[in-house]
Amino acid sequence: MQEDHLDSVAIVKCIVDDLHSSFAYWLSRQGKVRLTKWYSPYSQKERTKVIRELSGLILTRGPKLCNFVEWRGFKVVYKRYASLYFCMCIDQDDNELEVLEIIHHFVEILDRYFGSVCELDLIFNFHKAYYILDELLIAGELQETSKKTVARLIAAQDSLVETAKEQASSLSTMIAQATK
Amino acid sequence: MLYIYMLGYDVDFGHMEAVSLISAPKYPEKQVGYIVTSCLLNENHDFLRLAINAVRNDIIGRNETFQCLALTLVGNIGGRDFAESLALDVQKLLISSSCRPLVRKKAALCLLRLFRKNPDVVNVDGWSDRMAQLLDERDLGVLTSSMSLLVALVSNDHDSYWSCLPKCVKILERLARNQDVPQEYTYYGIPSPWLQVKTMRALQYFPTIEDPNTRRSLFEVLQRILMGTDVVKNVNKNNASHAVLFEALALVMHLDAEKEMMSQCVALLGKFIAVREPNIRYLGLENMSRMLMVTDVLDIIKRHQAQIITSLKDPDISIRRRALDLLYGMCDVSNAKDIVEELLQYLSTADFAMREELALKAAILAEKFAPDLSWYVDVILQLIDKAGDFVSDDIWFRVVQFVTNNEDLQPYAAVKAREYLDKPAIHETVVKVSAYILGEYSHLLARRPGCSPKEIFSIIHEKLPTVSTSTIAILLSTYAKILMHTQPPDLELQNQIWAIFSKYEGCIDVEIQQRAVEYFALSRKGAALSDILAEMPKFPERQSALIKKAEDTEADAAEQSAIKLRAQQQTSNALVVTDQRPANGTPPVTQLSLVKMPSMSNVDHNPAEQGVSQANGTLSVVDPQPSRPSDDNIGDLLVPLAIEGPPGSATLSGHSPVFGFGGAPNAEDALAIAPVEEQINTVQPIGNIAERFHALCLKDSGVLYEDPYIQIGIKAEWRVHQGRLVLFLGNKNTAPLVSVQALILPPSHLKMELSLVPETIPPRAQVQCPLEVVNLRPSRDVAVLDFSYKFGTNVVNVKLRLPAILNKFFQPITVSAEEFFPQWRSLSGPPLKLQEVVRGVRSMSLVEMANLFNSFRLMVCPGLDPNTNNLIASTTFYSESTRAMLCLVRIETDPADRTQLRMTVASGDPTLTFELKEFIKEQLISIPTASRAPSPVSLQAQPAEPPQPLPTSSPAALSDPGAMLAGLL
Repeated sequence: MQEDHLDSVAIVKCIVDDLHSSFAYWLSRQGKVRLTKWYSPYSQKERTKVIRELSGLILTRGPKLCNFVEWRGFKVVYKRYASLYFCMCIDQDDNELEVLEIIHHFVEILDRYFGSVCELDLIFNFHKAYYILDELLIAGELQETSKKTVARLIAAQDSLVETAKEQASSLSTMIAQATK
Repeated sequence: MLYIYMLGYDVDFGHMEAVSLISAPKYPEKQVGYIVTSCLLNENHDFLRLAINAVRNDIIGRNETFQCLALTLVGNIGGRDFAESLALDVQKLLISSSCRPLVRKKAALCLLRLFRKNPDVVNVDGWSDRMAQLLDERDLGVLTSSMSLLVALVSNDHDSYWSCLPKCVKILERLARNQDVPQEYTYYGIPSPWLQVKTMRALQYFPTIEDPNTRRSLFEVLQRILMGTDVVKNVNKNNASHAVLFEALALVMHLDAEKEMMSQCVALLGKFIAVREPNIRYLGLENMSRMLMVTDVLDIIKRHQAQIITSLKDPDISIRRRALDLLYGMCDVSNAKDIVEELLQYLSTADFAMREELALKAAILAEKFAPDLSWYVDVILQLIDKAGDFVSDDIWFRVVQFVTNNEDLQPYAAVKAREYLDKPAIHETVVKVSAYILGEYSHLLARRPGCSPKEIFSIIHEKLPTVSTSTIAILLSTYAKILMHTQPPDLELQNQIWAIFSKYEGCIDVEIQQRAVEYFALSRKGAALSDILAEMPKFPERQSALIKKAEDTEADAAEQSAIKLRAQQQTSNALVVTDQRPANGTPPVTQLSLVKMPSMSNVDHNPAEQGVSQANGTLSVVDPQPSRPSDDNIGDLLVPLAIEGPPGSATLSGHSPVFGFGGAPNAEDALAIAPVEEQINTVQPIGNIAERFHALCLKDSGVLYEDPYIQIGIKAEWRVHQGRLVLFLGNKNTAPLVSVQALILPPSHLKMELSLVPETIPPRAQVQCPLEVVNLRPSRDVAVLDFSYKFGTNVVNVKLRLPAILNKFFQPITVSAEEFFPQWRSLSGPPLKLQEVVRGVRSMSLVEMANLFNSFRLMVCPGLDPNTNNLIASTTFYSESTRAMLCLVRIETDPADRTQLRMTVASGDPTLTFELKEFIKEQLISIPTASRAPSPVSLQAQPAEPPQPLPTSSPAALSDPGAMLAGLL
C-alpha cells in the first residue's frame, strides 16, 4: 500500500469518495464536487485536474458496470447513491471490495446521522460531513468500524458546540442587559 | 470559505486566519480552524509550520476532544515537520493506558501516517513488543487502527515483528468464528470484515509461517473462509464477504499452500469470472493474473480460456482490460496461436482506448511464442492492416528487423508484402513495411508472375500520392533499391525513377530532398551503386523494443502484475526464436561487427578453435595450426582478421571496444601475467576493466565493471583514514542473477568490511552493498573484489581491483614557503627522505604532470621552487598507525630529456616515504588510461599486485601484434 491518502468530497449530484490511497470525493451527477478530502499532498491545480479527469471517467460509465476504474496506476472505487457518486482512489493492490464497503459504511452513517440523507443535507451541512469522515477515516485508513461509536462521538461534538453557543448567547444577553 | 473552496474556486486567502483559529481556546472555533486547515492546506504548505506549536499544545494537553482534533489534523495532512516534532508525543499517547480508546485509535493512525511519510524520522525501534501488546486490545476500533499501523510497520521490516504473527492469527480465528465480537462491530452479519482484511494483509508481509501450530490454525481459518462464502442476495453483505474472500485468496497465494488448496482457489476464481456481478468478475480476472506468478496453476487456468476470451467482449472497459492482461499473462507456446488470433479478431471491434495496448500485446505475444516465423510475419502484417493508427512504429521496425535477420523469411515476407499492396485501401504503415521489404527483397521474387521490378515499382508508385512525407522518404529508398536490383538495367524503369528523383530534388522536406539528390547521383554511378545500396546488414540482436516498451508502461503504472514477472521470465525463451547466437554464449560482440555473414561462420569452420578460445574467455585464436579461418570468410568480414606471426600472437581484432579488451592479452600474455587466473568466463566485460579502475583511482564514483548482465558501480567517500564505498550491483537483465557472491580479499594494511551481498539480484534491480574501509598503514597493495554470479548456465567470475588505494587517504594541503623549507630540511636523508632518478617516464608536459599530481590529491604548490622545471607537491596522509602525516614531494625534470626525472619524497614515516615514492613512480611510468605497455618496469613496479586478469593493451598496441610481442619478450 502506498501512502498517498487524500480525501476530498464534493457534492452536486455525485459523490466521489476515495480513501485508501489518495483521496475521496463526492460529486454530483452534473459533476459538481460536493466534498473532497485529500490524504496526499496535491496542489490546488492538481486537485482540480484530478477531479475533472475522474468526473469524466466515472460519470460516463453505465449503471451495470463494475465499481472500479483504473486510472493513472491507481484504482478508483466509486459507488452511486441517488444523484451522488462517492469515489475513493486507492492503490493497485488494495482490496477493492473492502473500500467499496467503506463507502457504503460511510453512507449508512450519514444516513443515520441526518435521518435519510439527501444531497441537500450534505450541501448545507458539509462541515458535519467532514467531521463524520474524520471520525471514520484518518490518513485514508479506516479508524472506526462501529456505527454506534461514530454516532456517539459526533453527538458528543455537537453537544460541545451547542454548549459553547449557549454560553456565548447567554453571555451576550447578559452584556445586553448590563448595558441597558 | 470552505464552501467557496468546495465549489471549486481557488481559495488563497484566509489561511492565516484558519491557522490562528487552531489556537483559539473554544471548541467550536478550534474545530472550524482544524477542519479548514486540513482541507485547504497540504503538507508542503508553509503556513502549517505556524500551526505546529498550537497542535502540539493540544496533543500534550489534557483535553481529550482537543487531542482528537489535533491528531486528526496530523493524521490527515501531517508532513515531515510534524513527524519531527510530534512523533514522540503521538507514540506516548498510543501506548498510554490512561487514554480512552478514542484517542488511542487516532494516535495509531496518526503515527501510521507519520511513519509512512517519513520512515526515517519516526523511530520505531523496539516497537515490536508494544505492537504485540496493542494487538491484545479488546476494543475493536483500536485494534483496527493498530492493525493498519502494523501493516505499515511490517511491510517495512517484517523481521522485528515476528512476535505479532501468532497474535494476528488468533485475531483472525476469533473473527472468523465470530467469537466475542460485539454486535455493533458486525457488518451485515460479518464480524468486522475490514479488520479481517487488514489482518490477512499484515500476514502477507511475513515470508512464511514456521510454527506448525499457527500455520495449521491459519489454514483452518482460510479453509473456512474459502468454503463458507456464498453469493447472497444482499449486495453489501456479498461485497463484504467477498472482500474477505479475496484477501484470503491473496494470502493463500502468498503462503503457497498445498496444491489442493491452490486448485480450490483456482476453481473458485473460475466460478467468479463467470458470474453476473461485474465487480466479482473483475476481481476474479485480476486475481487470476496475480495467481499466474505464484505457481504452476497455468494449466488449470487454461481451462477457463474460453470464458476469459468472452470477458474480452464485456461491456465494461475495466473488465476488458483485466481480461486482456490475463490473456497476455497466460499465453505460452501451446495456446499462443489461438490467443493471438483471438486478439486480432477482437482488434477490429475493440474500442479506441484499448487498441494500442491490444496491438502492442498481440505483437509481443506473436513474437515471443511464434511457432514459426512466417506465422509471425502474417500476424504482424494483419495487425498493421487492421489497427493501422494504433500500431506504434516500434512494431513495424521490429518486423523489418526480423525479416532482415532471417534469410529464409525474406522471400516469404516479400510475397506477403506484395499481396498486401494489391488490396485496394491499405493503411500507410502497411505501405511503409511493404515498400521497405520489397525494396530489399523484391529481387528474390523476380521470377514470379507480377513481380518483375517494373510491376513492383508501379504498384508501389501508385501509393505515392496518398502518403505522408516520412513514407515518401522510404519509398524513394525503395525505388533506388529496385533500380539497383534490376539486372540487366531496364532503361525505361530507370528513366521513370530518375524523373521521380529529380522531381523530389526540390521537395520542401529536407529528408526527402536529400534522399532524392543522393540517390539520383548514386544511380548514375552504375556499378558502384550496388555496393552502396547493398542489402541491409543484419541488425544486432537486442531485446525487442516492444517488450521493453511494455515493461516501461507497466513500470509506469507501478503495476506488480503477473504479466510483468512472466514477461521477465520469458524473455529468455523469447530469444530462442530470434537468437542466432550459439548456445554456449559467444559474446554479443559477434553481432556488432557490421558484416553480412557474422563471425558465427567461424564456428562452422573452426569449431575446435573457437571452442578453445572461448573457454579462455578471449577470442584470441590459439590453435597451433596456422590459425586462419577459411579465406572466403575474410573477404566477407569488413574487419579483417589480423592473424599473423606465430601462434599466441594471433588476435581477432574488432571494431568494438569490447573486442579491444577481450581479444587483447593473448593466451601467453595472460598466462605470463596472471598465472592463477581461471578464465572460465564466457561473458565479456564491456569496456576496459583496467581503464575503469584507473579512472576510479582519480574520482570517487563511476562504473567499476560491466558486462551484458551486470553493472557494478562504485561510490566512495573518504574521511581521513576511513572510507566508505558503496557497491551498486545492477542487474541489467530481465531475469534474476543468482548465486551472487562477493568476496573481498583485503591487503594487510586495509581493514575492510563488506555488508551482506544478497544471493539473488532481482531483474532490473540494483542492490547496494556498503563497504567500510579503514587504512591501517601506508601501503600500495590493492584490495581485490572476487565477484561471481550465475546467469542461466553461465558462471561468471571476475576479480576486480578496488580503487581503495594509497592516494585516497590523502588530503591535499597547500604549504607556503615558510612552512615548507623548515619541514623539508628537518626531514633529512634516508629513510625519511628518499631520492631516486626515474627513467622511462612517459612523456608529458610539466602542466600535465602537475594536473596528474593534483588529481591524485598531491597538491602542487607553484612558485616554491625557483627552478620552473621543478614541481613541489604536498599532501597529508592518514592512516591508523601514522595518524596525519605531512608528505612532501619534489620533482626535478630535465627539459632536454623528458623521459627521466629526479624525485625526492619526504615524510615523517619511513614506510610512508618509500611507499609514496613507489606509488608516484608507478603513476609516472605506467599510463593509467592507455596502454599498460607490458614493459618489465611496470611489471616490477607492481610486484605486490594480487593475481588478477591483468587487463589489456590499448587498441593501439593491438593493431600491432609485432609490437606486442616485442613488449612481451
